[in-house]
Amino acid sequence: MDSSKPQRSLIWIKFKRNRAALFGSFLILIYLAVALLAPVLFPGNPSAPNLMKSLERPSLKHPLGTDELGRSILGRILYGSRISLLIAIGVVCVGLLVGVPLGLISGYYGGKIDFVIQRVTDTLLAFPGFLLALALVAVLGVGLKNTIVSVGISMVPIYIRLVRGCTLGVREQTYVEAARAMGTRNGIILIRHILPNVLTPITIQTSLGMGTAILFAAGLGFLGIGVQPPTPEWGAMLGSGRAYLFNAPHVATFPGIAIFLAVLGFNLSGDGLRDILDPRFK
Amino acid sequence: MMEFHSLLSIRNLRTCFHTYEGVVTAVDGIDLEVYRGETLGVVGESGCGKSVTALSILRLLASPPAEIKGEILFEERDLLKMSVDEIREIRGNAISMIFQEPMTSLNPVLTIGEQISEAIRLHQGLTRQEAWAKAIEMLQMVQISSAEVRVNEYPHKLSGGMRQRAMIAMALSCHPRLLLADEPTTALDVTIQAQIVDLMERLKEEIHTSVLLITHNLGLIAEMARRVVVMYAGKVVEEALVEDLFSEPLHPYTQGLLGSIPWIGRKMETGRRQLQEIPGMVPSLLEMPEGCRFHPRCPRVMEVCKGEEPPLVQKEGRRILCWLWK
Amino acid sequence: MDPIPLLQVKHLKKYFPVRKGIFSKRIGWVQAVEEISFHLHSGETLGLVGESGCGKTTVGRCILRLLEPDAGEIWFEGEDLLRMDAESLRKVRARLQIIFQDPYSSLNPRMTAGEIIAEPIRNHTRCSRKEIQDQVSFLMDKVGLHPEQAHRFPHEFSGGQRQRIGIARALALHPRLIICDEPVSALDVSIQAQVINLLVNLQEEMGLSYLFIAHDLSVVEHISDRVAVMYLGKIVELAKDTVLYSSPKHPYTEALLSAVPIPNPKMKKQRILLQGEIPSPINLPKGCRFYSRCSYRMDHCREVDPEFKDLGEGHWVACHLY
Repeated sequence: MDSSKPQRSLIWIKFKRNRAALFGSFLILIYLAVALLAPVLFPGNPSAPNLMKSLERPSLKHPLGTDELGRSILGRILYGSRISLLIAIGVVCVGLLVGVPLGLISGYYGGKIDFVIQRVTDTLLAFPGFLLALALVAVLGVGLKNTIVSVGISMVPIYIRLVRGCTLGVREQTYVEAARAMGTRNGIILIRHILPNVLTPITIQTSLGMGTAILFAAGLGFLGIGVQPPTPEWGAMLGSGRAYLFNAPHVATFPGIAIFLAVLGFNLSGDGLRDILDPRFK
Repeated sequence: MMEFHSLLSIRNLRTCFHTYEGVVTAVDGIDLEVYRGETLGVVGESGCGKSVTALSILRLLASPPAEIKGEILFEERDLLKMSVDEIREIRGNAISMIFQEPMTSLNPVLTIGEQISEAIRLHQGLTRQEAWAKAIEMLQMVQISSAEVRVNEYPHKLSGGMRQRAMIAMALSCHPRLLLADEPTTALDVTIQAQIVDLMERLKEEIHTSVLLITHNLGLIAEMARRVVVMYAGKVVEEALVEDLFSEPLHPYTQGLLGSIPWIGRKMETGRRQLQEIPGMVPSLLEMPEGCRFHPRCPRVMEVCKGEEPPLVQKEGRRILCWLWK
Repeated sequence: MDPIPLLQVKHLKKYFPVRKGIFSKRIGWVQAVEEISFHLHSGETLGLVGESGCGKTTVGRCILRLLEPDAGEIWFEGEDLLRMDAESLRKVRARLQIIFQDPYSSLNPRMTAGEIIAEPIRNHTRCSRKEIQDQVSFLMDKVGLHPEQAHRFPHEFSGGQRQRIGIARALALHPRLIICDEPVSALDVSIQAQVINLLVNLQEEMGLSYLFIAHDLSVVEHISDRVAVMYLGKIVELAKDTVLYSSPKHPYTEALLSAVPIPNPKMKKQRILLQGEIPSPINLPKGCRFYSRCSYRMDHCREVDPEFKDLGEGHWVACHLY
């Protein structure tokens, strides 16, 4: 009698019935495959200009056309997926590494330390997230690393809030009290008893957060203060394509679609995960 | 034996649920009879199907996933064949129900008075004022002090015992012929439980209602019921008059159940602190044992129990589902 | 009687503030535990019984200092737990354990049964992996679980089995005293008997002492040597179980006992019905707490809170009738 099997297969059955989640993870899979296989799919340098061929319409040689410098848009989108994936992972890591411990500490210990962390979080949350990222870039400067750091920091308060809230709930569970009664140290209670039980909402938030991170980074790129040319970045491509919107709409359209699909994939999967793992939010 | 007229008779009731993990049969072909004016106790442990039986009677289970088969004759009419409007006319009127948790079964945003008078207006066609006066009268009947004030209060302002009284007032407001009481005192303290039991017995006399009392508390059954039905894993395993059941339980499960409850004075009587135990645990509805469902836990198991379903044995007005009495 | 009790609680007090409004203004106190004193001998089971909200669970939590009491002394093995620093308290908790009511929320759903049982051992000793594994197997066997199930997660066990895991966890460090906080009230009747028998057998085998907290009078009577009855934060009566159940002195105990349904239809007994509900424990009036529901009340009772007196042979009562 192994009753853990139905538990796991139940999640799988629910997942298979959730079409949105299925479609979302399909998009993410394609996205990951593209990022991984970009050099195979597009041999050659996506950043090498060829001014002879600037702003060409889609053709067999360049299926999505070329941009103002004559570079294949398809190639740049393929390589751009690697940049946006890098940003998304980096941003989420920053958010998790800073936000989760602070949220745990804030929720578990309460009192003064909680007060301080919460006031800082309140202040950060008072700015719209993108504005905060923008302000941070203004301080730190442009570039890939700074984009990751500033978008990451702009997401930290979301994680703190989420983890703190869940910790408050888990802290009241009898098994945490039991652990204290067994003489377990606080640090171990946090890692062994509380963290594993707040992982589900963190996972969901992480999936949604990847989408947001791609969007924010693209926004910064679009404004020209994100990742700098000639690195193929979707936001920056969109931004430079804006000037040719009327005579060469494909230059801006295709990167836009790429951003849209990637963000959609993460959001659908995140929502689907929430439906499957956390029925309370239904 | 006195002659009783049947009020509710359940024939071969089978309620199953279609779940992700397969079809779960919560009630598997049971027969029950409730006579006019009597209290029938239904006793069993969690998952034995006793609550599902009550919910099936009033067709309160969402379907799907639930599927109810068989016959439930109430005053010679089959509740399962009725239209939605007809069954709604029965609910809260001819048959009403009290639930275990009075907080979740009262609407938190309506006052007590609004909830009781709504039921009265719906079924008795009284005017608003008349229904309101009736609601106050009902609250007085269940001994809620200063009923004129309480009638305007919201459920959360009342204590657990008061809420259960309000629930009873609501259930009895249309003088039902049958009251389904599903663990009516389980959530209450014993001194409050004693008040509610006393109240239910008194009201039963006053308005001549029959009661189907569902509980896991054998003490409560002994005090309130005339006849008892013992359920195990979706089946009725024994049925008897309450005195017979307690003095001479025939089914090994009933015997085990009676042996496993502590009661005041038992330790002195038997001289030992150990209780008789039923080994093992209630089987999962998904993995019912072959043959008799109790056989893996039964101290008197025989070879035949493992393979074949036990027969229903009639013996001196009792029913036992067991090979031992064949 | 033994000269030194294993546990001695003196004048224990725990108040909870009641707050209201947007500024969380304190509008009063709930006297969850008010001036409670009792002792418990080695090898003994003391039952602590009372209705919901009487503070019995709070007493248990205060003894373990899972809640900080406001006043009083708690002597365990000759040391006052309330004057201990965090580290010595952590060490004492090896010998002072607890079993919880809810077998679902008291086990971490992300840990296996083996990890749960091993946790106290890992906290307090430096055993090798192998030694811990052996001890876990031994404990699981002792509480009637199959050691092969150690790698399973709590949701794969039934309620009764989960309670057994909780008991094994409490036994892991060979405690002297276990506080049992409603250990069987969430279980089915047949499973309840199994767990009661397990507790009784373990006590005989290992010389454990129990503080058995429950609301079910029949269960408490069954397992206890002495019983204390609580009402609104105070112990109103404490006596040997046979004495308390056969000749209760306090009107509340009397009513409580008469309210318990007896599983014997031939014994139709007279119930004493208490009038009214348990009053709210916020800002109680002076005088006896049971005044509003008592059928023997006198004017004196409204004015003066009765003392907790010894009527002889360890029968304590807080009532002006005596």
